[in-house]
Amino acid sequence: MATKVFMEALSPTMEEGRLVKWLKNEGDAVKSGDILAEVETDKAIMELVARGDGILRRRLTGDGDTSPVGSIIGVIAAADENIDALIAEASGGGGASTAAPATAAAPATAAAPATAATPATAATPAAAATPASQPPVPVPVPGPRPPAADLRSSPLARRIAAERGVELGAIQGSGPGGRIIKRDVEAAASQPPVSRLPSSVSPTAASAADYQDLPLSQIRKTIARRLAESIGPIPTFYLTAELDMERVAEMRSAMAELGDGFKVSFNDIIIKAVASALAQHPECNAHWQGDSIRQWHRVHIGMAVAIDDGLITPVIFDADRKGLRQLAAESRDLAKRARDRKLTPNEYTGSTFSISNLGMYGIDQFTAIINPPEAGILAVGSIEAKPVVIEGAVSVRRRLRVTLSCDHRVIDGAAGARFLQTLRRLIENPLLLVY
Amino acid sequence: MSVITYRDALNQALREEMQRDDRVFLMGEEVAVYQGAYKVSKGLLQEFGEMRVVDTPITELGFAGVGVGAAMVGLRPVIEFMTWNFALLAIDQVVNAAAKMLYMSGGQYPMPMVFRGPNGAALQLAAQHSQAWESWLAHIPGLKVITPATPYDAKGMLKAAIRDDNPVVVLEGEMLYNTKGEVPDGDYIVPIGKAEVKREGEHCTLVAHGKTVLMALQVADALEKEGIRVEVVDLRTIRPMDVETIAASVRKTNRAVVLEEGWEVCGVGAQVVDYVQRHCFDHLDAPILRVHQEDVPMPYAKNLERTAKPDVAKTIAAIRQVMYLPTA
Repeated sequence: MATKVFMEALSPTMEEGRLVKWLKNEGDAVKSGDILAEVETDKAIMELVARGDGILRRRLTGDGDTSPVGSIIGVIAAADENIDALIAEASGGGGASTAAPATAAAPATAAAPATAATPATAATPAAAATPASQPPVPVPVPGPRPPAADLRSSPLARRIAAERGVELGAIQGSGPGGRIIKRDVEAAASQPPVSRLPSSVSPTAASAADYQDLPLSQIRKTIARRLAESIGPIPTFYLTAELDMERVAEMRSAMAELGDGFKVSFNDIIIKAVASALAQHPECNAHWQGDSIRQWHRVHIGMAVAIDDGLITPVIFDADRKGLRQLAAESRDLAKRARDRKLTPNEYTGSTFSISNLGMYGIDQFTAIINPPEAGILAVGSIEAKPVVIEGAVSVRRRLRVTLSCDHRVIDGAAGARFLQTLRRLIENPLLLVY
Repeated sequence: MSVITYRDALNQALREEMQRDDRVFLMGEEVAVYQGAYKVSKGLLQEFGEMRVVDTPITELGFAGVGVGAAMVGLRPVIEFMTWNFALLAIDQVVNAAAKMLYMSGGQYPMPMVFRGPNGAALQLAAQHSQAWESWLAHIPGLKVITPATPYDAKGMLKAAIRDDNPVVVLEGEMLYNTKGEVPDGDYIVPIGKAEVKREGEHCTLVAHGKTVLMALQVADALEKEGIRVEVVDLRTIRPMDVETIAASVRKTNRAVVLEEGWEVCGVGAQVVDYVQRHCFDHLDAPILRVHQEDVPMPYAKNLERTAKPDVAKTIAAIRQVMYLPTA
């Protein structure tokens, strides 16, 4: 029985994939699960695995070629099996291989190997926001199944877990087949809260306890409709504030003096402060869902990272609850792996708010484009020493301009301003971050 | 208030309703001269005469049909079947005439009548005479089906059935007729369509009806000694079923076992399970289990009959299972 090798959807938003390199040759024996090829999606380079056993009889696309998701790019079959019909199907089916010259009839395929995988992102610096919009919860992708799929629990246990903010994944079930039942959740809920913090390894399983859906009031509906009519799909407005960075700078150098292990970047401190401020302003830590606004109880910060041919927004989950050391380590690791294109989809989906920092490029201030369905993004400029009037005297201070882009359907002007007030208080008094 | 048998409670209900309303009459095999096969109609012939307490030939379909006709012209017949096993012969009158008359006459003919008699197994009456018919009867729109378990409920519910303008099926029990309980002396009604918590508990809901309510109370007694408090919900009415009382109990205990005399497939318990899963899904900590007669015709041999019937031990095992306790 022959097995077709499809270009699979390896990321939630992938529509086509570029086959970077075949790892098996025609004639090689393959088993289900063997890695056949590396495929570059719109976000990362992923592995394409065999879905059947046999011989890789035919590769229908070449290294570097791009194929739409769902097209047949190879055939696995027994050594003596007739696969002519399959090859005919592959070339005649519209989702044709770009490699076969006989498929000129299929005009839609992107034949040029130069086709950029993420053409849209280069358009404007403000697109530093992120790549195309992503659903907040990743769709299943091949690879290890998330633990939730195998989790058995009684309906009551699930309800109690949701009410008390207990992660079911962290509980060992005592019922038949490991079913998590009421007594297991109650035992877990009575443990110290630290152990209930979701681990950063499986961060994206959003449960109902993580957010609150607010129905839209009439006035909110009207605001949403009228403002959207006035300005594009997302009625955005911008709030800029200049923050004094002296104390943050002092803190950072004081920490650096303690040794290399205590080095944190300005960006880490800004992420921490933004996350803490968001925790106090859930109205800004929200998603626009068309017919409701989802206010998140957890703060997951998307951190825009520039990569060679675009950008990507890895997520620091529960950033408000993490210490600076962990936050710095995670952001370093995520940024490096983002540039190496080694992020897995659940590491770049699920953010509740994003930050884009172009300070290292000497940008004084800018406006960032919101990454829907998020309602806000903070654009961070460069830190600059400048004369400032303080209590009637001019002094030289290090200052930072931040600009909050707000989706007006979700965040009103005063709400955004209050968020920035809190952010200013945290940045200008960074000791509050440990409070 | 006096302590009387279930049999005498039914007798009081019949007598009081016949005194109260001269349109009420009793008809069936051996109800008059013999005073009832189970003596439910004791003394009624003497008090009300042979126009209102009528012996019939052994013709279930015939006298059930006479009852339907009497109801059509404004009387309020009570049709006694010597057992519901015999009523199978009359089922066309029950299902196709009584249950549908109001509907098919466009509201012209209300059907204020009662079909009553013992239901379910007694002891060693063998396959044809040991059957519980509530799931058959409750399946039919147009019928009300009640299963009083105690003398108190028997009197109050039979009175409610006689006063109801719809055909009401009353399922009694040979094994219930001699049970005793407190019954008020005068008039009172136990409404149709209301279940009752016969015993409160917080660990597991045990839903039962008719004869199995007594078994459920024994189960609760036995488990209480282990510190397990079982809440016994007596359905009392199979149709229309009181979902609210069941659901309130399951929301409290988070688990349920349903006990019935009849067979498993399409049984009353299946309907209860359906209501519970729909109304209490987020409150369930375990799958709902059922205890019922084994899926065979009732054996005649005493030992096999005992094995085929639901019993206290089977019910305790089911409760332990839904509570995730080791089954002894």
